[in-house]
Amino acid sequence: MAEPRTIEMEVLRYHPERDFEPHFQSYRVPFTHDMSVLQGLQYIKDHLDGSLTFRWSCRMAVCGSCGHMVNGVPRLSCSTFLRDYLPGKVRLEPLNHFPIVRDLAIDQSDFLKKLEAIKPYLYPAEDKPVESGEYLQTPEQLERFYPFSQCINCLLCYSACPQYGLNPGFIGPGAMALLHRYNTDSRDAGRAERMEVVNAEEGVWSCTLVGYCSEVCPKGVNPANAVNQNKVTSALDYFLRFVMPRGGRR
Amino acid sequence: MTGRKAYVRSMTGWWWRNPFFVRYMLRELTAPFVAVYAVILLVGLARLAQGEAAYNAWLATLRHPASILFHWLLFIAITYHAITLWKVMPKTMARLRLAGRALPEFTVTLCGWLATLTASVAFYVLVLRS
Repeated sequence: MAEPRTIEMEVLRYHPERDFEPHFQSYRVPFTHDMSVLQGLQYIKDHLDGSLTFRWSCRMAVCGSCGHMVNGVPRLSCSTFLRDYLPGKVRLEPLNHFPIVRDLAIDQSDFLKKLEAIKPYLYPAEDKPVESGEYLQTPEQLERFYPFSQCINCLLCYSACPQYGLNPGFIGPGAMALLHRYNTDSRDAGRAERMEVVNAEEGVWSCTLVGYCSEVCPKGVNPANAVNQNKVTSALDYFLRFVMPRGGRR
Repeated sequence: MTGRKAYVRSMTGWWWRNPFFVRYMLRELTAPFVAVYAVILLVGLARLAQGEAAYNAWLATLRHPASILFHWLLFIAITYHAITLWKVMPKTMARLRLAGRALPEFTVTLCGWLATLTASVAFYVLVLRS
């Protein structure tokens, strides 16, 4: 059997109690054709350096835990393969624009606050008794929100968004994609509750349509589309309030 | 949390680090060229309103070699702007549907490119024949 190939993995290290700033550390990792970058990290943790810290869970691009900057590009390390980086090396950094807690682990608390702010749940127009049956939807109604419901909160879009990096107050692509998901659901009547977030200076209007968030999204959510569709919604809401008592908030 | 401090990285030089951001910055940089050309055309319209002599003087200014050179620069910048702006256009709108089926995003981009090209050629032919 052929010798396993090896690849150099360069990882950004930061120990919050010892380091003044992060630094890179290199590891030589043997790998097989089917090994992901995440498996490379796990090899380092198990065989070379048990102190390396990183998040992961499902290994199948569903949980959204293992997002890293791989050679400067935000990617899920479980669906990125070591073989694709030969003959070069793999350079791993924590997701851009988030504070580094330790090594590759970032502090996501800012996003979690934003996620809470958009009220990511269905607001039915009225409470229906269970006996009255399901909320029915046509395939067209489902299609309207379905792509946006695929978001796994992996934060790759935030690390792809320079506006979020420059102004962390910006609600950001991921939260707006989820806001749009609920606003476009025919079962939901909570749009008026969410318009305050959309209309704010740090809502949709902080976006300058860089568009990189949609390029890096591993689930094809197209968050740039969600943000920019809501610029139209926000403008309509502003003008309609002059002619309607509750503006465009329906 | 004693003794723990999260490290915040600097954004300095962010747009040099990724070719995608360089292309985005170029798109933004070419936007003022579109505005400048609109002003040039508006000045022409104002000069036309002032009479034949004023309009001819404006035309003579445009024929100056420095003006022609500047117009080549405008042409390159506005072409780049049109190409890249139509590329992001589908991200600004709801998905278009034709006979119940969602159109690919690229259809919007392609229609935009064709419309820009058609309008530019038609305008060029109109100017040549006048």
